[in-house]
Amino acid sequence: MSEVMNLRAKLGLDVFKEDKQFHIKIKAGKETDTRLKKAILVCPAGLYSVNENGEVVISEDGCLECGTCLLACGDELLEWHYPSGGTGVQFRFG
Amino acid sequence: MAEEAAEQFDAIIVGAGMAGLAAAYTLAGAGLEVLVLERGDYPGAKNVTGGRIYVNPIREMFPDLWKKAPLERYIAHEEVCLMDRERSVTVRYDGLELNAEPYQSYSILRGKFDKWLAKQAERKGAMLVNKSRVDDLIIDNGKVKGVMAGGEELRANVVIACDGVLSFVAQKAGLRKPALSKNFAVGFKEIIELDRGILEDRFNLEGSEGAARLFMGDVTAGKFGGGFIYTNQDSLSLGIVVGIDALTEESPAIKAPELLDKFKQRPEIARLIKDGTTVEYSAHVIPEGGLKAMGKLYGDGILAAGDAAGLSMNIGVTVRGMEYAMASGYYAAKTVIQAKEKNDYSAAALSAYETLLNHSFVLTDFKNFQESLETLEYPPLFKHYPELIANIMKDLYAVPAGPKARLFPTIKKYMTISEIWSMVQVGRRMMKI
Repeated sequence: MSEVMNLRAKLGLDVFKEDKQFHIKIKAGKETDTRLKKAILVCPAGLYSVNENGEVVISEDGCLECGTCLLACGDELLEWHYPSGGTGVQFRFG
Repeated sequence: MAEEAAEQFDAIIVGAGMAGLAAAYTLAGAGLEVLVLERGDYPGAKNVTGGRIYVNPIREMFPDLWKKAPLERYIAHEEVCLMDRERSVTVRYDGLELNAEPYQSYSILRGKFDKWLAKQAERKGAMLVNKSRVDDLIIDNGKVKGVMAGGEELRANVVIACDGVLSFVAQKAGLRKPALSKNFAVGFKEIIELDRGILEDRFNLEGSEGAARLFMGDVTAGKFGGGFIYTNQDSLSLGIVVGIDALTEESPAIKAPELLDKFKQRPEIARLIKDGTTVEYSAHVIPEGGLKAMGKLYGDGILAAGDAAGLSMNIGVTVRGMEYAMASGYYAAKTVIQAKEKNDYSAAALSAYETLLNHSFVLTDFKNFQESLETLEYPPLFKHYPELIANIMKDLYAVPAGPKARLFPTIKKYMTISEIWSMVQVGRRMMKI
């Protein structure tokens, strides 16, 4: 247990049900906004990263729907809805 | 007349968490027609707690619930641990009062508890629909008349927004203040399963006793926040809560998941979770802004309760939300019951909700602790003091090869005039909470 468990593996323990469309979008034209970099630090699921073009991108797998990125970056940069009913993460323990 | 024949609920509750289910249970218990809409597969599917609930303030509101409630362990042992990088100092509190019934707090898992509470509300007559996301409010002439969910129009005399910390429902109703990141923290945690006997041995637990351990200092790399471990029946809730603004600070720039990994690798922690199996990883935002960040609690045809109303509080030794959620759900229900008697669901009639909260522990606590966030968000508390105390301990306990230094000079070495002066300042700060 003391060795670090890979974050993807950890997220793999959770139950996710895919939605038709991913529920978070980086708004068009904001991909290189430096304020988006905050999301890279705060996302507990590590979904945000910078691609080779220097744009912040979000991975669509493993969102815990906590809303931290929305609060850190604001709705000026992110379009953020909850996933449709009965989709997304389903915590068993919580 | 035809319109009135259409289904009209007394109340539609958005979100089957602590607030929504407490409201549904109370309303249905009084014979009102209640619909609860939950976006998850089941109540609890989207809900996360750090891990403990304090029962005393809400015991009498739900007298029939507690005996059978699926709570984990009653907390009989409290610890606070100050962490420096290579050492830590722990204060442990045990007491007969913590071991006396009725117990004041319990560890809790929301997946289990919320499902059970929903069943109790359904038994009273509440209708629960899972997998249903509320997309919009129906607003006529500024009055909330119902919700839109899955393309369906659902009408009610009152909508109770219990949709959690991000509450898009309260936002659409114009109740919320703009959300500032400084007023929110994020918690992320693992559930780590452990053999029951091993867990009880490691945490010194007898029977249904449980332990709560809080960690300050290096656990958040000196950022505003802390770590926690709560013992459940046969698992641990282990996680970190840290201010969102603090997490975005560049010095040190550290990603949230890395903080948790480092925490688990600390020797003090690694031995507690050894051979445990992580079975879930979850995260949730916590409203910590208190009274100053709170929006309106009611409007025409709408009430907000629980995290949706910003009713959660961090005062350092305790981080609480679930009691405020259940109590506000209860008072929201009482308000709707009164409103139905008068058939008046205007904002003026629903303002009784705020009066009830004002006269209860809920808003009394929020008034008393309104300075707590700004007081506690003081960097030395999370870096300098844990280090200072740990270093003093190191020197006090050290026995070198030669003669040992006298105790008073050992401590005095750290107590420079500027250090003492800054402690006086901290003391003054703390007087606000």
